[in-house]
This record gives sequence, C-alpha cells and structure tokens, in this order.
Amino acid sequence: MTPTLNKSLNVICAWIDQTPLSQAIQVTNWVVPTVQAVHIAAIALVASSALMIDLRLLRVFGADQPAKAVLSRFLPFVWWPMIVLLATGVIMIVGEPARSLKNPAFQLKMALLITALIVTAVVQLLVRRNPKFADKGARRRGAAAAIAVASMLLWACIIFAGRWIAYYA
Amino acid sequence: MEIDRALVWLQATPLATTIAENDVLFPWIESVHVLAIVLVVGTISIVDLRLIGVASLDRAVSRLMHDVLPFTWGAFVVAAITGSLLFSSNATNYAHNFFFRGKLVLLVLAGLNMALFHLIGVRDIGTWGTKRKTPLAAKAAGGVSLLLWILVIGFGRGIGFTMH
Repeated sequence: MTPTLNKSLNVICAWIDQTPLSQAIQVTNWVVPTVQAVHIAAIALVASSALMIDLRLLRVFGADQPAKAVLSRFLPFVWWPMIVLLATGVIMIVGEPARSLKNPAFQLKMALLITALIVTAVVQLLVRRNPKFADKGARRRGAAAAIAVASMLLWACIIFAGRWIAYYA
Repeated sequence: MEIDRALVWLQATPLATTIAENDVLFPWIESVHVLAIVLVVGTISIVDLRLIGVASLDRAVSRLMHDVLPFTWGAFVVAAITGSLLFSSNATNYAHNFFFRGKLVLLVLAGLNMALFHLIGVRDIGTWGTKRKTPLAAKAAGGVSLLLWILVIGFGRGIGFTMH
C-alpha cells in the first residue's frame, strides 16, 4: 500500500473511531459477538447456496433437473443475504475500524468477495443465455466445471480470510 | 472427578499440546471448523426453509433432502473432528465454559428435533412432500431447527469471546 493511501486510511479509521456510534459499540461488549453470529449465519446461506449451484455446474448434484431451475432456486440466497452481510460487516467495521480496514486479511477478503460476486454474475448470465451451458459440448462443460471449482475455492478462501482477520489484528 | 482426570490427560496428549503451543495450527483448524459449520448450517437451512414453506417449493421435500443432506453429514463429520481437536488443546477450560456447554446442549436438541422429524414427521410425507404447502408439524420442525442452528453459531462465537 502506498504511503499516501495508508495515511488517508489512518485518518478515516481515527475519524470513525471517535464517532458516537463507534464509541457505543466499543463499550457494549455483546454487540460484536452477536453481530458476528448473524454474519456467519448469513454466510452459511450464501456459501451453501453457491455450493449447490457449483455442484450442479459440475453435474454432481441435481443433474436430473435443468441448471436454470437450480440457479433460480439458489441464486436469491446468494444475493439477498448480501444485504445482511453488508449491514453486519459495516457494524463490525464501525466498532473496530483499524482492526478491520487496515487488516491484510480483511483487504484480501474484500478482493476475493468482489471476484466471487463477479463469478456468480457471470454464471447467471451464461446460463440465462444458454440453459444447456453446463450440459452440452465438451468445451462448455469443461468451462462450467472450471468456473464451479473457482467459485467453490473463492467462497472457502473468503471464509478463511474472515476468520484470519482475528489473527492479523 | 473421573471426567476431570480424563480432561487433564487429553490436554496433555502430544497432539493437544502441539495444537496449543503452535502459532498457526489453532487458527487453521479453527478456519476449517468454521467452513464446515457454515456448510452444515447452510445446507440444513435449505431443507428447513423448504419445510417452513418459503423456498425450493418446486422441488419435492424428499428429493431435496436426498440432494442436500449428504453434504450436511460430510461437513458435520469435519466440524466434529476439527471441534474435538480445538477442544483437546484446552480441554479443562472449555469443559467449564458456559457457551461451550450450551453449544453441546443445543447440538443435542438439534439432533433430537431431527430424529423426531425423521421418525414421525416424514410418515405422511407422501401426502404433502411434493406440495408447495407444508403441514404445521413440518413447519415447526424446520423453524425449531433453524433457530437451534443459529444459536449454535451464536454460542460458538460466545466461546471465542470468553476463552482467551
């Protein structure tokens, strides 16, 4: 990270830290653990739904039904819990700004998250354009399988990076 | 007490002391534990939401359980193994921790709820399993399961915040 960027990050963290909301979270010791539990429950829905979609692309799961049906069943549970994750994530950042924003594990997690969301959107578009994307043609099937494996690895790494925030602090 | 002696013995085993003394072993095992729990709770939620009648309504309940539950069990085995390893590294203190004890009770309750559903709840599944609307007993089983698993996560986090 460049020195200027690092400096402005310090300023932002110091500013968040002295806001009344941050101070309130810092002195109320049940807020962070409770918010973390909700955060993990929402991640459970997202990661498991993404896994079901990825396993369908790999044809390990539900190959008897169209990929489109599996996607429309599970995609809402990848996208909607994001609101809960964003909200609970923001509360944790406000409560401990330097511990999160300046943390390499947190920064990695955000980069991985953006990549995973892009991969999810790409899968959504590909299957919408060609419902047989994961099922017909060796090249398409290979591509679908590669995307699925990448997606599973990304979500696993996001969860790992999330846990490592606590150890880099 | 017998059990306290057993815990002291467990904590002194080479594997347990290695986990306790190594800088990165505990976080790595813990990361796998969290990943496994996330998959346990997430995949169970998929079934619970179907039982409550809010999601996957186009898929028969028994088909959905057949699709999803093998992954739940696989993840549960990983969670149990990693959880036991974490426990062994500080067994005497975990055993006396309120949240750890609570988490075990919640796991037993979740297991009982599941057993009850598989013994009684699925008896007449032939009459409602393919329908979008589910009976009250199925809704109750799904709701109780969802609540218990969210509490399992909450108590798990509680352990982390009270142990160090």
